[in-house]
Amino acid sequence: MVNKAVSDGSLQSPVKKKKGSIKRKMSSTLKHLVLGLVGLCFLGPFAYLLLTSIKSIDDIFAVPFVWWPKELFLENYSNAVNAIPFFRYTLNTLFVALLCVLGEVIAAPLTAYGLARINFKGRGIIFMVMMGTIMLPSQSTMIPLYILFNKMNLVNTFWPLILPAFFGAAYYIFLLRQFFMGIPQEITESSKIDGASEFRIYWQMMLPLSRPAIFTVGLLVFLSSWKDYQQPLIYLNDPSKWTLSVGLKAFIGEYNVEWGMLMAAAALFTIPMVVLYFFVQKVFIQGITMTGSK
Amino acid sequence: MTEQHNNTIGIRKRERKLLITGLLFTSPWIIGFLVFQLYPILASFYYSMTDYNLFSAPTWVGLDNYTNLFKDDKFYLSMYNTLYMTIVGVVPHMAFALIMALLLNAKVKGQSIYRTIYFLPTLVPAVAGSLLWMWLLNSQYGFINLALEYVGIAGPNWLIDPDWTKPSLVLMGFWGTGTITVMYLAALQDVPKMYYEAADIDGASKWRQFWTITFPSISPMTLFQLIMMLIASFQYFTEGMVFAEATQSTGGPENSLLFYSIYLYQQAFSFLNMGYASAMAWMLFVVVMFFALVIFKTSAKWVYYGGDK
Repeated sequence: MVNKAVSDGSLQSPVKKKKGSIKRKMSSTLKHLVLGLVGLCFLGPFAYLLLTSIKSIDDIFAVPFVWWPKELFLENYSNAVNAIPFFRYTLNTLFVALLCVLGEVIAAPLTAYGLARINFKGRGIIFMVMMGTIMLPSQSTMIPLYILFNKMNLVNTFWPLILPAFFGAAYYIFLLRQFFMGIPQEITESSKIDGASEFRIYWQMMLPLSRPAIFTVGLLVFLSSWKDYQQPLIYLNDPSKWTLSVGLKAFIGEYNVEWGMLMAAAALFTIPMVVLYFFVQKVFIQGITMTGSK
Repeated sequence: MTEQHNNTIGIRKRERKLLITGLLFTSPWIIGFLVFQLYPILASFYYSMTDYNLFSAPTWVGLDNYTNLFKDDKFYLSMYNTLYMTIVGVVPHMAFALIMALLLNAKVKGQSIYRTIYFLPTLVPAVAGSLLWMWLLNSQYGFINLALEYVGIAGPNWLIDPDWTKPSLVLMGFWGTGTITVMYLAALQDVPKMYYEAADIDGASKWRQFWTITFPSISPMTLFQLIMMLIASFQYFTEGMVFAEATQSTGGPENSLLFYSIYLYQQAFSFLNMGYASAMAWMLFVVVMFFALVIFKTSAKWVYYGGDK
């Protein structure tokens, strides 16, 4: 990583330079070896998921182990989709996730801007309390919230899953605050002198500038909502309202031995996320680097 | 005199305007905090002193729930299981993520490909990931034991033997360390290159450079990740639930997967002991805050913030 400075250094004699480059080549090969091996361990389970999902029961339990299915058994997919109301669950999951994203990208940047750019009394306290809430385990608030939503007759609706997002979550506000703090003051100063209101500066200058950061937050919210298990499990009792994570769990009890079908369902649950990530990863990594670096 | 007076009024007016604007901007979070965090925490404290099953009004029982808690074997067991995951899981996962980030930070070709590969597992929903690992860890047909057999090791009964259920989860946890790796990578790329150049000129070894330059520079990130992982570990739920369900029980083999939040969930939503579960929630709150405080207090010794902040 840093030996470049040494081995490229013109201070060294040519002999030493050659020796250094061999050493560098070796260390680079070693790095690739380790990274590759670990990468294989990371990818392996994916491959295994996909391979199992297209195997028939005979191939799944075959001894010795069968790598590639003797015949493709795509019925796992149609069986999985038919065994549970798969499309209903997908729609439910998508609906909840998209509304959570909408709520969070409205609320979180507003609060983050207030904390990063407006120097008002009490700002420090608000920020400290907010960081404190990151440490608050969700289990500590779970029961009163359930009772509250129960009293409001909102259990078994999507509201308890969606509503909190419209008030901003501390973690995303923190990420965006870090991002806003990194934008030079000079950019907004002249508009301020011209008498533009804070909201106008926020809306017309800051938001357009922070598209990648907000996009990243949106993606993180989407992922966490798509993957969430505990909240839907608590609030959604009616099977027609279930999201994918709860619906998928139903396989475990009822279809305990149907590994092929289970893997097909797990693949169908996962692949949309992988495809989504594939298309947005560049912006996403850029956003993570900008927001999470300090 | 009057001019000065007008000035202070002006400053006050400006300050008031700033305060109002600031509060307006932060109001979404403030309202959310009051409704979704402060109120529930206080209500939880009240409920923890009551007997409440959702259907009849709460009845006051004082500290009974807490005294019962300390007599409850499952409370200790679930706390032990949770602490096990925290102690055995968090540090190795973080160390692994840091090592991978250090390797990736080196100018290797295809860095973005590796980065994508390591991040992929974090896209897998916990339920789907747990199902996959249940199958990988299947003692008879699972790939892991087949691979171990190939090199002559008899693999354990991962999800059936109570001694191996938690290590199974720790093993699975390595697979999901991509987010920390990416965050560490971001922090590493922020360390000024000139520090290393200066250290190279002084002839400091790579090992020494790591401890005197790299580690201090990324220590705020380490603190942040440590806290986040600690909290996540205390809330360990989904993976344990899914693994346990496979054995047709809530706590897994001999309750070895009965984590604190699973037991809390069971008390609240299976047995409808809302008061007892609230007492559990408060205990969790106190324990997490205690650990966080200890980490923050000791962090003054090992966390370094750059001069610019």
